[in-house]
Amino acid sequence: MIQCKTSKEIGGMGHSLKRKEDARFIQGKGHYVDDIKLDGMLYMDIVRSPYAYAKIKKINIEKALKVPGVAAVVTGRDLEKYKLHWMPTLMGDTQMVLPTDTVMYQSQEVAAVIATSRYAAADGVDAVEVEYEVMKPVTDPFKALEKDAPVLRTDKPGKKDNHIWHWEVGDKAKTDALFKKAEVVVKENIYLPRIHVASIETCGCVADYDKVNNHLTMYMTTQAPHAIRTVIALVAGHVGLTEEKIRVISPDIGGGFGGKVPVYPGYVIAIAVSFLVGKPVKWIEDRSENLQADSFARDYHITAELAGSKSGKIQGVRFKVVADHGYADSQAAPTKFPAGLFSIGTGSYDYDTAFMEADAVYTNKPPGGVAYRCSFRVTEAVHAIERITDKFAMEVKMDPAQLRMNNFIKKEQFPWKSPTGWTYDSGDYHAALKKAMDAVGYDALRKEQAEKRKKGELMGIGISSFTEIVGAGPSKDFDILGIKMFDSAEIRVHPTGKAIARFGTKSQGQGHETTYAQIIAEELGIPAENIAVEEGDTDTAPYGLGTYASRSTPTAGAAAAVAARKLRDKARKIAAYLLEVSEADLEWEPGKFFVKGAPQKSKTIQEIVFAAYTNHPQGMEAGFEATHYYDPPNLTFPFGSYICVVDIDKETYEIKVRRFVAIDDCGNIINPMIVQGQVHGGLTQGIAPAMYEEFIYDEDGNILNGTFMDYLVPTAVESPHWETGHTVTPSPHHPIGAKGVGESPTVGAPPAIANAIVDALTPLGITHLDIPITPYKIWKALKEKGVVKPVA
Amino acid sequence: MEKEITVTINGTAHTVKVEPRLLLVHLIRENLNMTGTHIGCDTSNCGACTVLMDGKAVKSCTILAVQANGKSITTVEGLATAEGLHPIQEGFKENHALHCGFCTPGMMLRAVELLKHNPNPTEEEIRWGISGNLCRCTGYNNIVKAIQYAGAKMRGDKLPSTEPQFV
Repeated sequence: MIQCKTSKEIGGMGHSLKRKEDARFIQGKGHYVDDIKLDGMLYMDIVRSPYAYAKIKKINIEKALKVPGVAAVVTGRDLEKYKLHWMPTLMGDTQMVLPTDTVMYQSQEVAAVIATSRYAAADGVDAVEVEYEVMKPVTDPFKALEKDAPVLRTDKPGKKDNHIWHWEVGDKAKTDALFKKAEVVVKENIYLPRIHVASIETCGCVADYDKVNNHLTMYMTTQAPHAIRTVIALVAGHVGLTEEKIRVISPDIGGGFGGKVPVYPGYVIAIAVSFLVGKPVKWIEDRSENLQADSFARDYHITAELAGSKSGKIQGVRFKVVADHGYADSQAAPTKFPAGLFSIGTGSYDYDTAFMEADAVYTNKPPGGVAYRCSFRVTEAVHAIERITDKFAMEVKMDPAQLRMNNFIKKEQFPWKSPTGWTYDSGDYHAALKKAMDAVGYDALRKEQAEKRKKGELMGIGISSFTEIVGAGPSKDFDILGIKMFDSAEIRVHPTGKAIARFGTKSQGQGHETTYAQIIAEELGIPAENIAVEEGDTDTAPYGLGTYASRSTPTAGAAAAVAARKLRDKARKIAAYLLEVSEADLEWEPGKFFVKGAPQKSKTIQEIVFAAYTNHPQGMEAGFEATHYYDPPNLTFPFGSYICVVDIDKETYEIKVRRFVAIDDCGNIINPMIVQGQVHGGLTQGIAPAMYEEFIYDEDGNILNGTFMDYLVPTAVESPHWETGHTVTPSPHHPIGAKGVGESPTVGAPPAIANAIVDALTPLGITHLDIPITPYKIWKALKEKGVVKPVA
Repeated sequence: MEKEITVTINGTAHTVKVEPRLLLVHLIRENLNMTGTHIGCDTSNCGACTVLMDGKAVKSCTILAVQANGKSITTVEGLATAEGLHPIQEGFKENHALHCGFCTPGMMLRAVELLKHNPNPTEEEIRWGISGNLCRCTGYNNIVKAIQYAGAKMRGDKLPSTEPQFV
């Protein structure tokens, strides 16, 4: 049971408060970007390239302009006149808005049609004729790195290859020396394919430029409205759109998961058109466009090696990555971390030797490299360490749970310095795995498995004991385009004791309107139901870097607590004045100050706030407001242990997830119901890439499954009945001891599932399968091993 | 070549002239400005646009507005009554069966039809029953709970606990 310090009426931390935001969503009153309709609004639709790599010989727009309702067709040549045909990516790379000469990936934006209705715009798109000269694309990142590979980014003067960047961390000499003398070395090539966040709402915007006042209001699906405003000002400042003339509004967002952090060309074209014609322009992607052209996730080719002793002690790891970024590095990672936080890949284990390196490559595929509900490449790292740890357990013939228990960092070793330079804040890995094993009935399952194996039945048990790294981040290390990754909260308490709080983050379903109110309720004793929470309007909310990478609670949540504590300090002064005692004589309990030893002499927070407006001490500033910009001293390190049990049909290789137990530790819990909901959702986005989701390209760069018909987002049938629980190990440096949770399950689930499937197939000689693991992939692997014979 | 049709939505008859190719979902959202019904895909897979047509759950992106001529449509805006929320709405709120809310209207309307034909469904029947509706946020556990809760409420049975259960 979670202990609560506040009453249910106040609804502070630990209460499973029902969500405040739900009332509008269940009654069809959510307000998403496509629900916005402005007077005179025009609609934009986009012509996209059917080819992965081609020269544009000619764009014929005459027929399109004759389509009823079509107002204009915009090409790269049009944008070039205003120097708006290129834009910077969040990683400091460059990307076309619309091409003038060459298309670099299939479904790239080629031209935009502006019309008076959605249907007319689509008709216009059909009528635009583009003549291409098709070229042979480079789709394989390893081939792209070969010496004689054609150079793709010829727009970059002097660029002689397709290499984007090299990154490394750790002690190479020490690691190489360890691997030379180690008793046991295991190695695996692990590929995490391209996948897509596929939030059920696609991306879109309404760009509304007001010519009279020279002011742009940009309604858009963005997880980071403030940063986007700054980016727009940097891109469009030269045409007069400076930052004070730009208001970005992020309305209700229908799921983000990282895919709504980057700036896509559609947004920029809509702004440019609105700027030129002085009318609002709406652009809403189709699902196919969303899947085929918006930022993908993963696409990491990892060679993972682990060195250890015959007795099962992990001594070091060596990871090498080739990262396929497609046409441009347009991921959304902190500037100093081109490979994100991949260096968390040393995992939950106690050893001191590691070396990791990554090389990023251009290919003729869509640009990106965003998260898919994970904090900057943590999923890739966790998959590598948890798969290779299982392989090591197999090699030394030790139960994978026992091997993990033997190697875990012990709780008294925290704060723990990892060999790649992180300082893990707190953890109790043994407790989480023990709880998961008890809940699933681990020993009994292993006995059942042994019995089943005798009968040739395929049952597997897989474990993942992950360490997450979230809450970017300390400003000494973390920035995006130079802007430090702090976040903010502003609390205004009205004279009657009710409050509005505004934040630099932006919920996409996480429930901030409820959880932020609970944090403030915890600190001030004002009932959460009396605290309105607002985000997503750059004109009203304090500046912040937005919601992604599980950073909202660690940063803006912390800012809320600190701002509320500033107010509590002020409340103490006012209470002392009202009660005519010294501040030191007062004690706080949620909702009131009382005089020590005389609890009947007290002032409620509501009385104190009223006095702040009506009877405040002379010399004190009136009002009851506080703002805080929180710069975390460290990241937070949530963790957990997951156990998956699978049964595989020995004829069809259909995989059935029988049980999945997830024990998460995200520090102190704000709302257990919401945390559990986040875990359920995250686990489902864990089974998705583990068993279903993957983009497949052919050698001509055609995407073969770019719609929801064949890109397999799990339904309720594919999703297991999740069993979840928690341990609580507070973060020592976070004001409320919380750590963040949204992404842990997406990070932790895939290796648990992969380990379970491989465990089931071990008797047939399988030691590794890349995700997504499908019946067909199992059949193919067994066929290669000669275990199954071709059907006669 | 517009065609005049009359479609009753949430009890109100609307007579409008539409292009024959206009999708029902666009009639509802664009022409009649009821934006509670959402669009999540272009292949009829996601179910965000699900509405009831003469009581049957349909994907309104896959029906032409002219096909709805003379029919009665229920959208999310028509679920609650003067007495309060529909049991399915209450079920979703009480059981944390929504995060971003985008799939929720379609999911609830499909659930209403499911419960009409099967007032006391098992978990497996619910999971198969909503398998034409995608949710990317919740992982479905709580949607199943919400539908069970609504079923109990509509049958007049004791309501199941809405507290989260942990191992």
